[in-house]
Amino acid sequence: MIEINGITKRYGNKLAADNVSFTVNAGEIMGFLGPNGAGKSTTMNILTGYLSATEGSAKIDGIDIFENPIEAKRRIGFLPEQPPLYLDMTVSEYLNFVYELKGCRLEREKHIKEICDVVKITDVFHRVIRNLSKGYKQRVGIAQALIGNPPVLIFDEPTVGLDPKQIIEIRNLIKKLGKEHTIILSTHILSEVQAICDRIVVINQGRIVANEKTANLAHAVEDRRRMTYNICGPQNEVLKVLKSIPGVVYAEALGQRDSDSVSYMIESAENIDVRKPLFFAMAEKRWPVIGMDVMGMDLEDVFLALINDRSKQQNKKEKKGARA
Amino acid sequence: MIAIYKKELRSYFVSPIGYIFVALFLAVSSLLFTYTTLYSGTCEVNLYFTFLLYIFAILIPLLTMRMLSEEKKSKTEQILLTSPVSLFSVIFAKYLAAFTLFAGTLLASCLNFIVLYFYGEPNSVIMFSTVLGILLIGSAFVAIGVFISACTENQLISALCTIVAILATLIVGTLANYITFTPLRVVLKWISVFERFYVFTYGYFDVVALLYYVSITVIFLFLTVRVFEKRRWE
Repeated sequence: MIEINGITKRYGNKLAADNVSFTVNAGEIMGFLGPNGAGKSTTMNILTGYLSATEGSAKIDGIDIFENPIEAKRRIGFLPEQPPLYLDMTVSEYLNFVYELKGCRLEREKHIKEICDVVKITDVFHRVIRNLSKGYKQRVGIAQALIGNPPVLIFDEPTVGLDPKQIIEIRNLIKKLGKEHTIILSTHILSEVQAICDRIVVINQGRIVANEKTANLAHAVEDRRRMTYNICGPQNEVLKVLKSIPGVVYAEALGQRDSDSVSYMIESAENIDVRKPLFFAMAEKRWPVIGMDVMGMDLEDVFLALINDRSKQQNKKEKKGARA
Repeated sequence: MIAIYKKELRSYFVSPIGYIFVALFLAVSSLLFTYTTLYSGTCEVNLYFTFLLYIFAILIPLLTMRMLSEEKKSKTEQILLTSPVSLFSVIFAKYLAAFTLFAGTLLASCLNFIVLYFYGEPNSVIMFSTVLGILLIGSAFVAIGVFISACTENQLISALCTIVAILATLIVGTLANYITFTPLRVVLKWISVFERFYVFTYGYFDVVALLYYVSITVIFLFLTVRVFEKRRWE
């Protein structure tokens, strides 16, 4: 449905996007993940025809955005980082304007009403946009993207600046929309993509560092499992036993948590689940395990992990190349 | 394109700017009319329109100053530029909205001339061709204003630059008379909006002048498109 091929964007000497390529299949929700300034917005702006690329091509539904922009744009609903709202209009005026702007041919009143129901803005339909809360403004922005029922939806950081309740509501809305649309969604929050997306593309400094199914990426970054355990027992002996468990590569006492348990940090080797053997080893010694926690990786850890992997792979390739 | 045209016209009248423009235009033009024709007891409208052209330097920027600068500042241009319409039609719609308000107000101000028919025998042909000339010049000025507003995010800078640009095209013809260096004088006279306007005040319809003003309009609208294209590429 969406095909990006070798998109490069140069601002003077700065490379905002460096040979970015990916495809999104019909019906997929793709999470576009990266820190601020990584090139997410640039890529999305290119994809929607707002910016042009220095090199490369982008196709929506087989139509090239540079060669046939009007037809391609007809197939995209876009919510930019800052929703493009005319603050002096009412929601009703604004949506009618967008309807006419897009040259929409669906039955007007019914179509607009349906969209308002989906994004839940019916109760503010006749209010001036300037006076709406941030959450409502964001929804009006989403409503605008939905007009004309385009097959592709592109949302640039749709949950930024919203309160936790609104974030959950918008996420659920996007999930719902994902049943009938192909969606690209950018964010810098890892848990957000894990919650909504089928696939994750990670971008850093203009380059794509990962392009995986969500489950695979989560697995990839959790390969080197780091866990914390709370165990009741004599610290030195527990540590000795922990280190003897096959698969444990590193164990360290983090300190006493309450009167009789100590917490330990354990790192296991890739692809080995040490939780069960650990449980039995402790049970044998009759040291109760009273807590276990997989240390979640945050976005920075994921980047470090991915970038390290990359450089390792590159080194291997280079070595192979040198030998050959 | 019609959607943008309607939106622009509407935006003049939900903010004070449209009312200020119409009120100022009608008030100043009536004053000018009173002093240049009624008080001097003549049916000639040349002088009236000559003065009016100078007033345009203030009036036209009111219409165009926020046109594209505001959209850029509030990022609303993103919806226009990512919707399935061509860049030229976006800009043309905006120009057309400003021109509509300008032309409408100009025609309304022509109601003043009815008085002349009661007390004298004005030459309707001259009057008609002069108004036509003014419309054409106004069109060129609006296009210049649209172009300048595309170049900046700041309404004030946009307005000031437009004032200077319009004044320059008005004054340059007069300045040219003092210049002895012929090539420069010819060039300045060519730029001057007034040079071609006088033909209309004699009651002639000059195709060359028509082409001249229409070309200026088209060129500046085209340049505006280029400004946006350039921004996309840089």
